[in-house]
Amino acid sequence: MAAPQLLKPSGWQLVTGLVAILVIVPLSVLLLAWLDPAWDIWQHLQQTMLSLLLLNSLKLLLGVGTGTLLLGVSLAWLTGACDFPGRKLFSWALLLPLAMPTYVLAFVFLGLFDFSGPVQTFLRGWLGSGFRLPDIRSAWGVILVMSLALYPYVYLLARNAFRTQGKRGLEAAEILGCSPLRGFFRVVFPMARPWIAGGMTLVLMETMADFGAVSIFNYDTFTTAIYKAWFGFFSLPAAAQLSSVLVLLVFVFIIAEQRVKSRMRYTQSRLTVRAERIVLHGWPRYLACCYALAVLLIAFLLPTLQLFAWTLDIFREEFDQRYLQLLGHSLGLGVAAALLISTVALLLAYAGRRHRDRLTGFLVRIATLGYALPGTVLAVGIFIPLAGLDNMLIDLSRAQFGIEMPPLLQGTIVIMLLAYMIRFMAAGFKPIDSAMHRVTGNIDEASRLMGLRGPKLLFRVHLPMLRGGIFTALTLTFVDVMKEMPITLMTRPFGWDTLAVKIFELTSEGEWERAALPALTLLLTGLIPIILLMRGAEK
Amino acid sequence: MTEHADTVLELKEVSQAYDRQLVVRELSLSLRQGEIGCLLGASGCGKTTVLRIIAGFEPLLKGCVRLNGTTVSSPHMSLPPAKRKIGMVFQDYALFPHLSIIENVGFGLRGLSHKECKQRTHQALELVGLHAEHDKYPHEISGGQQQRVALARALAPRPQLLLMDEPFSNLDVALRERLSMEVRDILKENGTTALFVTHNQHEAFAVADRIGVMQNGEIQQWDSGYNLYHQPLDQRIAEFIGEGALISGVVKDRQRVETCLGYLHGHFNTIYPAGSNVKLLIRPEDIVHTEDSPITAEVVRRNFRGANVLYNLRLDNGERVQALVPSHCEHQPGERIGIQPDVRHLVLFDNN
Repeated sequence: MAAPQLLKPSGWQLVTGLVAILVIVPLSVLLLAWLDPAWDIWQHLQQTMLSLLLLNSLKLLLGVGTGTLLLGVSLAWLTGACDFPGRKLFSWALLLPLAMPTYVLAFVFLGLFDFSGPVQTFLRGWLGSGFRLPDIRSAWGVILVMSLALYPYVYLLARNAFRTQGKRGLEAAEILGCSPLRGFFRVVFPMARPWIAGGMTLVLMETMADFGAVSIFNYDTFTTAIYKAWFGFFSLPAAAQLSSVLVLLVFVFIIAEQRVKSRMRYTQSRLTVRAERIVLHGWPRYLACCYALAVLLIAFLLPTLQLFAWTLDIFREEFDQRYLQLLGHSLGLGVAAALLISTVALLLAYAGRRHRDRLTGFLVRIATLGYALPGTVLAVGIFIPLAGLDNMLIDLSRAQFGIEMPPLLQGTIVIMLLAYMIRFMAAGFKPIDSAMHRVTGNIDEASRLMGLRGPKLLFRVHLPMLRGGIFTALTLTFVDVMKEMPITLMTRPFGWDTLAVKIFELTSEGEWERAALPALTLLLTGLIPIILLMRGAEK
Repeated sequence: MTEHADTVLELKEVSQAYDRQLVVRELSLSLRQGEIGCLLGASGCGKTTVLRIIAGFEPLLKGCVRLNGTTVSSPHMSLPPAKRKIGMVFQDYALFPHLSIIENVGFGLRGLSHKECKQRTHQALELVGLHAEHDKYPHEISGGQQQRVALARALAPRPQLLLMDEPFSNLDVALRERLSMEVRDILKENGTTALFVTHNQHEAFAVADRIGVMQNGEIQQWDSGYNLYHQPLDQRIAEFIGEGALISGVVKDRQRVETCLGYLHGHFNTIYPAGSNVKLLIRPEDIVHTEDSPITAEVVRRNFRGANVLYNLRLDNGERVQALVPSHCEHQPGERIGIQPDVRHLVLFDNN
C-alpha cells in the first residue's frame, strides 16, 4: 500500500511536503550552526551574557509557570466545578486578558505602577509621601505582568477538565475517607492534570517566545538578545547562534507537549451524567467572587481603563494620517496573511483527509509545528536562507549574464508573509481540520447517491460544512498577525511599520500615552476571537 | 419497621427539599445486617437524593439517619462522608483515571500496614474476579470491568454499608442481567449490607431482598419482590410493577368475585363487602390458553418473546387482558382463542 504511494506522491502530499519543508528549513539552518560553531562569537557571548540570559530565562519560566498555575487552576476550579454569585459572568470574563497582547499589558503596568503613575501617587496621598511600592521594573514585575496576561491558557483548558469532573471526583474521594482538602490534591487536581499541563506548556512556550513585554521591561532574555545582536550589533551570525540555543529549548517543549496530548486522549472521562457543581455557601462564596473580580480588575479592567484615559488625552494629536497608515498596514498584512494561511491550511486539511497514511499525518504535523518557534528565532531562521538564495541568484546572473540584478526577496513582504504562515499555521489549521472531521466519508457517499459530484459536491456540501471552520481560521490568524511584534519588527521592508511596531518604538522611549491609541486598537481586535470562543462554548 | 439489634441502616421520617419543593417526604426505612435493599422508581422520584443523604453529601430538612445505632445525619449535625465508613458505587463509577486498577481499589485503605493493604486490595479484586487486570488503567478495561472495579474499590475498606447509584445503567442489556446476578452473589458472599437505587424493576428483583417503590419522594411500599408483584398495595404500584390489566368485577362474598371471566375464587388482598364494585388485577400468567374453553377472546396484538408469546386480548365486554402463552401456539390478530382464568391472588382495588 505505502510503497506505490511513496513512489508517486499525489498533489496533496506534495503541497503538504512543501509546507513542511518551509518549517524545517529555518529550523535546520539554525541547528546546522551547531555543526560549525563560530567559536569567537561563542566566547564573546559566554563572557558577556550567556549565563545572564540563561538565568533570566529560567527565572522567567519558573515565575510565570508558578503564577499562571496558581491563577489558572484556582480560577478554573472555582468557575468550572463550583457555583458562586457571578460565576457565569466570570467564567467568560476571565478570558478577556487573552485580548491584551503581553506587551500592551506590560507598558500599561509600567505606566500605572511607575513612581509618578496613578497607583503610587494615589497610595502616597493615602499613606504619606514616604510610601514606595517595590520597583515594577524588575524580574517580579515581568513575572506579574506575564502571569496575568497568560493565565487564561491554563484557565481555559483546566476549566473544561474541572467542568466535566464536577463534584463527583471530590465525592468519590470523600466517601473513600479523604478530607476535602486531601481529596483535592489526591483526586481533583490529578484528574485534571493532563489539561493543566497542556495549558502550562502553551504558557511556557509563549513565555519563552515573548519579545515585547521583556523588551519593554528591559529584562534581557534570548529573544531580546537575538534582536540586539542583529539590529544593535549587526551580527546576524551571533543572532543565529543565540537562536540555535532557543531552538533546543523549543524541542524540549514540543516533546513535553506531545506527551501531555497523548495523556489527554487516554484520560478523557466517559461522561454520561451531567456533572453537578459544588455550591459554595457562606463566606467562601463571597471570597470566590471577590477573588475573581480582583484578578479581572488587575489583569484587564484597570489596564483597559488606563488605555482609554490615555487615548482620550492624546487622541487629537495622535489620530492622524500617520495612524491611519499604520492601521492600514496592520489590517493589510493581517488580511493577506489570514487568506494565505487559511488557504494553505485548507489544502493541508484536505491532504490529511485524502491520505490517512502515517507519512502524510507526519508531514501535516511538521507543517503546523511553527507555533512553537519564537518569532525572533523564526525571523533569523527564515532570513538567512532566503537572503542566501537571493545572493546566489545575484551572483549567478552576474557571472552568467553579466547583469546586475536587484535582490528579489530581501526588502519585500514575501519574507514576512512566509514567516507569518509558518508561525500561525496551527491557528488556521486546527479549526479547519476539526470542521473537516465532520465531513465524513459517509457524507460523501450520501451526496454521491443523491447525484452530487465534483464541484457540486465541493460547493453544495463541503464548503458549507467547512464555512464555520474557515471563518474561525481567518479570524484567529488575522488577529494573531495584527498583534505580532518580533517577526514584523525584524523582517519588515522599509516603510512597512505597523501598529505593533509603533508600540515597540514608542514604548522603548517611555512614551506610554502615545502608545495607547495603537494599543487600544489591537485590544479591540483581540476581543474578536474571545467573542468567537464564547459563542463556541455556549453551543 | 421495628428496630432490631442487627439493624445497620435506619432512616426515620427523613425529608429534604430543593428550592422549597419537597423531594423526599418523611421517608423511613431500615436494613438489617447482610440485607440488600433497593429503591425503585422513575427518574426524579427522589431515590438518588435519599442515597446522597445517607452518604452525607446532602443535608436533610427533617428526620435522622442512623448507622449501626449512631446518628450520622440530622437537621442539626452531619458526620462528614469521609467518617461514615460507607462505600459507594457511583452511576458513572467515578474511577480515578490517573490511577491504575489496583491503586483505585487501594485508594480508601488507610491506617493499615503495607502488607495488609496489599492483601485487602488483592482480596477485593479477587472477589470481583479482576485479579488479572490489576496493572491496567480504567480506560483500558471494558465497561463491565470498570463496574466491578468500582465495586471492589467500594468494598475494599470493608464499609458498614454499601450504596450503589444506578449501578448497571451504563451497561448493555445482556451484561446488565449477568452482572446484576453476579453482584448479588458477591454481596451475599461478603455479607455486605447494601442499598441501591434503580429505575429497572428486573434489576431490583434480581439483586434486592427488599424493594421500596418510590413515587414523589415517598416509599409507597417496602416489601419483597414477590409481594410487590403479587400483593401490590395500590393500583399505581400494580401498574408500575410487572405487566397486567385491570378488569371490573363485583364482590360476591369473602372469597369470590364475579367478572366477565366468570366467578374467580381466591384470597383477597383487602376485604370488600359483598356487592362492592371493584377492579381486579389480572397478570398475564393468570390467563391460560385452552382451545376448548367456553370463554373466548379476540387477539388484538401479539408480542413474540421467544419462549412465549404475550397476547393482548379483547374480552366480549370490550375489556382487555394479557395472556402469556407458550410460543408453539401460534395465533394471528383477529383470531378468537379460548382462555381460562387461573387467578390465585385476588388483588382488588376500588372502582372509581
